[in-house]
Amino acid sequence: MARKILLHDIDVANLTDFNVYRNLGGYTAVEKMFKNFTPDQLTEEVKKSGLRGRGGAGFPTGLKWSFLDKKTDKPRYFVCNFDESEPGTFKDRHIGQLNPHQLIEGMILGSYALGVRTAYVYIRGELFYVLKIIEKAIEEAYQNGFLGENIKGSAYSLDLYCQPGAGAYICGEETALLESLEGKRGNPRIKPPFPAVVGLYGCPTVVNNVETIASLPWIINNGAEAYAAIGTEKSKGTKLISACGHINKPGVYEIELGLPVEEFIYSDEYCGGIRNGNKLKAVIAGGSSVPILPAELILKTAKGEPRLLSYESLEEGGFETGTMLGSGGFIVMDDTTCMVKSLLTYARFYHHESCGQCSPCREGTGWMENILRRIDTGKGSMKDIDLLVHIAKHVEGNTICPLGDAAAWPVASAIRHFREEFEEHIKLQQCRFTK
Amino acid sequence: MQEKQNISAFKSETIELVNKIINRYPEGRQKSALLPILHIAQAENNGWLSTGIMDYVALLLNLQPIEVYEVATFYSMFNLEPVGNCVIEVCQTGPCWLKGSDEILAHFEKRLGIKPGETTEDGKFTLKTVECLAACGNAPVIQVGTDYHENLTTEKVDELIEKWKAENKVSHSNPYL
Ligand SMILES: Cc1cc2nc3c(=O)[nH]c(=O)nc-3n(C[C@H](O)[C@H](O)[C@H](O)COP(=O)(O)O)c2cc1C
Ligand code: SF4
Repeated sequence: MARKILLHDIDVANLTDFNVYRNLGGYTAVEKMFKNFTPDQLTEEVKKSGLRGRGGAGFPTGLKWSFLDKKTDKPRYFVCNFDESEPGTFKDRHIGQLNPHQLIEGMILGSYALGVRTAYVYIRGELFYVLKIIEKAIEEAYQNGFLGENIKGSAYSLDLYCQPGAGAYICGEETALLESLEGKRGNPRIKPPFPAVVGLYGCPTVVNNVETIASLPWIINNGAEAYAAIGTEKSKGTKLISACGHINKPGVYEIELGLPVEEFIYSDEYCGGIRNGNKLKAVIAGGSSVPILPAELILKTAKGEPRLLSYESLEEGGFETGTMLGSGGFIVMDDTTCMVKSLLTYARFYHHESCGQCSPCREGTGWMENILRRIDTGKGSMKDIDLLVHIAKHVEGNTICPLGDAAAWPVASAIRHFREEFEEHIKLQQCRFTK
Repeated sequence: MQEKQNISAFKSETIELVNKIINRYPEGRQKSALLPILHIAQAENNGWLSTGIMDYVALLLNLQPIEVYEVATFYSMFNLEPVGNCVIEVCQTGPCWLKGSDEILAHFEKRLGIKPGETTEDGKFTLKTVECLAACGNAPVIQVGTDYHENLTTEKVDELIEKWKAENKVSHSNPYL
């Protein structure tokens, strides 16, 4: 059995209650923090742990904290990114719904390290029922002296609030999130300046993902070395993988980074194999934005080595034959899946979610959706395939935020690996799978 | 603030909640409360944001009406047209599609006799399609008000529709309460 850091207690009844969490050792990391760490030492500890951001980009967390502008006398902010809108990703909901105090404890640790007086959890509006669970837990934390003025008799004070979004994938992008938190449209900002210098209300701000923040209490309780001892050279610790699609056991799994993909898909401890004994066709390993890989390439790299669930192994082969760990949204497709229709749903998604600021993204996502719809309904022509590749290439890298890339990569990779299927669809003027 | 509170759109308990939310942000940053307040306003205005209710929110938060309109039009959870009592939102993104969301949507269309974006003649149901709801492990998924219904089958859809009809389901209520 793999070590559990994030989900160790997840099945305990009434874990959302303060007392239950506390009796399992909850909030001891906060007590230890006051005893053993200055804010800078805490940042150092997180740096040493090797923890990387779990929101998708994998940026080293401690390093990100050290960029926070501490020279100004402006207030600083710490914001939890609970937008969780990347298709295939449903891991943060698992934490927020079942173990909100773990997230709150992490928010206290991060806020202390960053010298923050006010922190926010920005949660997608659809998850209002989770927001209410978190707000209740926050209230309990206040009642028990872990939030508010002079936490546990220390000189440190912190207020924590929850803020709902209202339906916009783009608000997961950190600068769009900050705009939204300011009560505006979720239009991403041009970077630089980065939020560490100009963030919420123009003040230095750190934005971290739910899972990143929820990992902090364990790191402080057990030490950076213990965390860094788990995983691989470049991928430390554990990661939540939310697995869905054509597998026998969809769900949220905590893995030690470096677990072979084959074991993850086929072992009963995790996905339990493909439904109905069908054959594996393809996997989108890190949320809908990362390149799709066919069965051969997700199980083994082009060099023939077993593919592992780690940042570096999934990236092996670059975009030609590799992909990315991304958010850990693991979408499995069996051999009954039409690649054209599958891709069409993602193209529609990105078109719907483009904020519209940059013309390559605003127009390109619409063109890609239209062309794919044409192919899907049997009206495509062979030229359409190269046209899609052409558009994807011109959207990628030419936009303010990475949503443009996120829309282009699925198209480029699906055609790279499944071109014959697109050709067949066009030739037959219909789908082999559903007609 | 005093005179604004006298405008009768929100009940006094709601005004209390609104003020509590405004206090979460620094002085002069009350605009940050806009999204939470719009959620409340929509719930209290039969599930949609009319110009009148948006103007009222602008007044409450000391904003220009245009600042409210531009935000309301950006976010997909805000309805800018009247909706039925019970709004059914069917996820259709890749992971749900893999698990049969097309059939679920088609079944709703057949049972209710409407297409996505439409409302039944009796005003009881509105059908909408939405993008990924972050519950892909339990696909197919729909959302009704703040409730998620997961692992749907056509039989479960039938049961839900019967239940909603029997109880005259209203899906919009103040999400904070
Ligand atoms: C289009 C887009 C959507 C994103 N959605 C999310 C999201 O839902 N949750 C999240 O944590 N990060 C998301 N991110 C990444 C954030 O911008 C940011 O990198 C992250 O919140 C940083 O936290 P971390 O370092 O802890 O991962 C998204 C990025 C982009 C470009
Ligand atoms: S890339 Fe797309 S989503 Fe990002 S800022 Fe430009 S238009 Fe908006």
